[in-house]
Amino acid sequence: MIVYALVARQTFRRYVTYRGAMLGGMAANTVFGGIKAFIVTAIWRHKTVIGGYDLRDVLTYTFVAQALIGPMSILTNNLDIPARIRSGDIGTDLFRPVDFQGYWLAQDFGRAGFAILGRSLVPFVAGALLFRVRVPTDPRVWAAFAGALALGMLVSFALRYLAAMSAFWLLDEKGVTGFMNMLTMFFGGLTVPLVLFPGWLGDVARALPWASVILVPVNVFLGKLSGAGLAGAYAFEAAWAAALLALGRLVTTRARRRAVVQGG
Amino acid sequence: MLIEAENLSKTYTLRKKTGRLKRERATVEAVRELNLSVAEGELLGYIGPNGAGKSTSIKMFTGILSPSGGTLRVAGLEPIRERKQLARRIGVVFGQRTTLWWDLPLRDSFALLHRMYAIPDARYAENLKRYVELLGLAELLDTPVRQLSLGQRMRGDLTAALLHDPSILYLDEPTIGLDVTSKMVVREFLAELNRERGTTIVLTTHDLDDIERLCRRVVVIDHGTVAYDGELSALRNRIAADRTLVVDLARPGPAVTVPGATVTRVDGPRQWLAFPAEANAAELISAVASRYELVDVSIREADIEDVVRELYSS
Repeated sequence: MIVYALVARQTFRRYVTYRGAMLGGMAANTVFGGIKAFIVTAIWRHKTVIGGYDLRDVLTYTFVAQALIGPMSILTNNLDIPARIRSGDIGTDLFRPVDFQGYWLAQDFGRAGFAILGRSLVPFVAGALLFRVRVPTDPRVWAAFAGALALGMLVSFALRYLAAMSAFWLLDEKGVTGFMNMLTMFFGGLTVPLVLFPGWLGDVARALPWASVILVPVNVFLGKLSGAGLAGAYAFEAAWAAALLALGRLVTTRARRRAVVQGG
Repeated sequence: MLIEAENLSKTYTLRKKTGRLKRERATVEAVRELNLSVAEGELLGYIGPNGAGKSTSIKMFTGILSPSGGTLRVAGLEPIRERKQLARRIGVVFGQRTTLWWDLPLRDSFALLHRMYAIPDARYAENLKRYVELLGLAELLDTPVRQLSLGQRMRGDLTAALLHDPSILYLDEPTIGLDVTSKMVVREFLAELNRERGTTIVLTTHDLDDIERLCRRVVVIDHGTVAYDGELSALRNRIAADRTLVVDLARPGPAVTVPGATVTRVDGPRQWLAFPAEANAAELISAVASRYELVDVSIREADIEDVVRELYSS
C-alpha cells in the first residue's frame, strides 16, 4: 500500500512543477461558473423549486460542479496510458512489480489531490463571494462530502481508465476518450444540472455511474443526504466503482495478452 | 539455468485493409522455435539485425509479452503467470528510453523503486551508496531526470535497474548515443558487476565494441530464431567478414588493382577496397601508395550488421 501512497505523492509533486496549465484551467472554470450562475438564475426566476432544488441549491451546485472539473477530470481523460503505449514506455509500467491498474489509480489520485488545491478552491470561493451559495457549517457534512468525493473520484477514474485502455487496441484512442468525456459532461450534469433533466431522462441519469461525479457529492454538500440516505448514496457510488474497476481489471488482463508493445 | 527457452514462439496477427471493407488477416512470426539457455553468471551478447526478434524475445523473458508457443522459464519462474515475483528478480535498461520518472529528481525515482520493489531499508541504502559512488551520481541526485544528459541518465537508469539486486540484468542498447568516455564508464561498470556480484547480463547491442569488450558468448538472432550460439572469436573466424579500406586518391580514375583486395565501390577520387579481416592493413596501404598517389586513408571494421549479413549469405 505504501508504494501507491508514494506514487500518488510523487504525481502530486509532478503537477506542482507544471502549475502553469493549472492557472488557465482555474480561470476558465471560474469565469464559466459565473456565466452558468446567470443562466440558472434566469431559469429559476419563474419557479422557486425545480427538481427539489431552490435557487441557492442550484447556485451551489453550479460552483461545486465547476470546482470538480479539475479533480474529477471531467473535460479531459488525463491518463498518460495512450501516450505511453505509443512511445513504448508502457513496457516499463508492465514489468514493474506493482498492480498496473492500482499504479494508475494512485497517479490519478495524486493528480486529483493537486487539482483540489490548485483548481477547485478559487472557482468555489469566487462563486461564494459573488452569489448566494450554501456553504456547510457542520463539520460532519464536510466529512461526508469528502467521502462522496473520494468515491466519485474512483468512479471517474474507472471510466477514464476504460477509455484510455482502448489505446491497446486502437491506433488512435481519441475518439473513445472524447466520447467518454462527452458522456461525463452530459450525464455528469456539467452542461445542464441533472435536476433539470426531464422525467425519465432524469431517472436514467441519476442511475448511471456519472451521477457519482457531481450530483451525489453536491447533494451531500447541500446536506440533503444524511443517515440512511447518505449510506445509500455511498453504496451507489461504491457499487459503480467496484463494477467499473472490475471491468477495468478484465480489460487489463486482455490487454496484457494481446499487447503489442510499440518500438524496439 | 537462469533462462531456459524451448521452442519459444511469438506470432502477431495483423489486420490489413485490402479494400473499402475487406480486411485480411496476416500473421507475423516475430519469434519462432527459439531455443536458449543462459547459466548463472554469464555475460551474454544477444545480437541480430533490426526486426530479427531480439526485442520481442526479451519482452517475453521479462514478462511483458506472453509467448504464443513453447516453454519459457526465467529464474525458475513462468514470466507471465508469475510476473510480479519475476519483476523482483530482473533489472531492465533500455538505451533509447528511460525507466525513470521524467519529472522527478533521481533521488525520488530511486525512493519510489525502493518501495515498489520492497527492498529492505539497509540493503537499499547500501546499494544506493555503492552505485552512486561507482557511477559518480552524487551531484546529480537532486536533478530531475529530464535535465540529465544522455550519459548521466544512462548511469541513473543502471542504478535504478540494480537497486533491488536482480539476478538478471537485461540491457537493450545501453551505449547508444553515448560519447567514448561514457561508453567506457558503462562497459567497465558492467564488467565489474558481472565479475564481482555474479549478475547475469543479457546485452543487446549494435555496437560490436560492446560485445568484444564484454562478452565471451554471443547469440545471434535472425528471422526470429537462433542463428549462432557460441564464442565470439569462433563467430569471427567462421565469418571472416571483410574490413574496408577507404582511399582518397589524388585524381579520379578507374578501380585500382592491388593484390589481396577488391574494389567494391568507386566515387570520384574515393574508392572502397574490401580485404580479409586477418590481412595486414599496413601492407595493403603501402601497396596502394606505391602504385597510386594517395591523399588520405581510413579503415572501417566489420560491424555486427556485416557479420550477420555474412552469416546469412554464406
